[in-house]
Amino acid sequence: MNDPNTAHPQADPVITVTNLIKQFGRFAALRGVSASFDRRRLYAILGDNGAGKTTLLRILAGLVRPTRGTVSILGNADPREVCREFGYMAHPSLLYDEMSGMENLRYFARLYGMAEDSRCAASITAVGLDPELQRPVGQYSQGMRQRMSLARALLHDPKILLLDEPFSNVDIRSAREMVKLLAGMRAQGKTIFVVTHQASLLDGAADEFIWMETGLIVNRTADRKFMETA
Amino acid sequence: MSAPSGITRATLTKDIRLEWRSKDAINSMLFFALLVVVVFSFSFDPEAEESRHIAGGLVWVGFLFAAIVALNQTWARELRNQVLDAYRVSPAPANALFLAKAVGNFIFVAVLEALMTPLFIMFYRLRALGPAWQLLPVAILGTWAIVVNGTFFAAMSLRTRSREIMLPLLLFPVTLPALISMVEATNVILVGDPSTSAKFWIVLLATYDVVFTTGCLALFETVLHAE
Repeated sequence: MNDPNTAHPQADPVITVTNLIKQFGRFAALRGVSASFDRRRLYAILGDNGAGKTTLLRILAGLVRPTRGTVSILGNADPREVCREFGYMAHPSLLYDEMSGMENLRYFARLYGMAEDSRCAASITAVGLDPELQRPVGQYSQGMRQRMSLARALLHDPKILLLDEPFSNVDIRSAREMVKLLAGMRAQGKTIFVVTHQASLLDGAADEFIWMETGLIVNRTADRKFMETA
Repeated sequence: MSAPSGITRATLTKDIRLEWRSKDAINSMLFFALLVVVVFSFSFDPEAEESRHIAGGLVWVGFLFAAIVALNQTWARELRNQVLDAYRVSPAPANALFLAKAVGNFIFVAVLEALMTPLFIMFYRLRALGPAWQLLPVAILGTWAIVVNGTFFAAMSLRTRSREIMLPLLLFPVTLPALISMVEATNVILVGDPSTSAKFWIVLLATYDVVFTTGCLALFETVLHAE
């Protein structure tokens, strides 16, 4: 069997990580992860708490610098150089509670050099929310906040989506709608990484399930059930 | 990509909107400054002549302490829901964020000063014997000196465990030369001694502002992306 922590050659890798190590003090969150990820695929990253999933995603987003190892995103070694090409959704909403969804997106659109409200409205509509909603985000339900957070990540039409627990606290119907939306975006050519504890939601949608344990990728397979029985 | 000035304007507008809705910073600053005015006035019960000699120190130390509240609020807002990460993953330049925050804080502290100055005048029976118009450049340059360093050090102490304590610990020693200039200039103007001039202190303040604004702008990107 192939070692899942070696960068096996892919046809068209969008992201390659080599021997990625991240230490927080004496705790090693990542312990030498090597992998490459193809374009136009939906990857589900699974694992127990503390397995290193979020740290891996934050390194790919350029929010955390690896202690050792290299990252290459679209051929670039510095994620910040290609930040326009990815959308990042974290576990917290990354939204201002005192502003409405539209006000939030309007502000974030400016950061990407976009001035049109139509793009913000389209992003909100895409996640099944109403752009006209005047309520501040702080008064949204947790599920609505998650969807608005996804709308923020989609706002600038990125090529790569890095999503950390997008389905947490989202009701099952809304979560399935989000999966359908993600599958549609993958079909349009986006590469999507989803860190989740609700792997079953991605059955049939994810191209590959990646299992992490104690800072290492221990398994990569297209069939989650096979992974669970292995 | 948007010009940095466009991003600065958008961030400033957003911050003013958030402050207008929450009134977190302005209410706490006003309450604190009001306490300083009233408590000091009852503690000293100064005569008009005596006031002229101590007012510079009282006013500026009061405003400095009150500004700390606003400075802490500036970044606390960005930490809630980790919104700062959304800025960090965007292509927006770090300096645009810093300038917006500094200008925002300048506006908040200036509003506080505009509201509190009449109270200071009333409680301490103040009347400038020197050229009163010179108080305007002292106020503008002095306030900028406080907020530019305060905004920078508040960002630096953002990830420390006791950031409310860290900010004054970092800020006060660095602000000392500016504070001395502000106090001396204010005293000279209020006392109206013809043998001294406030111009030296005003030039010193302006130089301080240029040096520290440049330094903060040069270093802010490192502070923003620090882990």
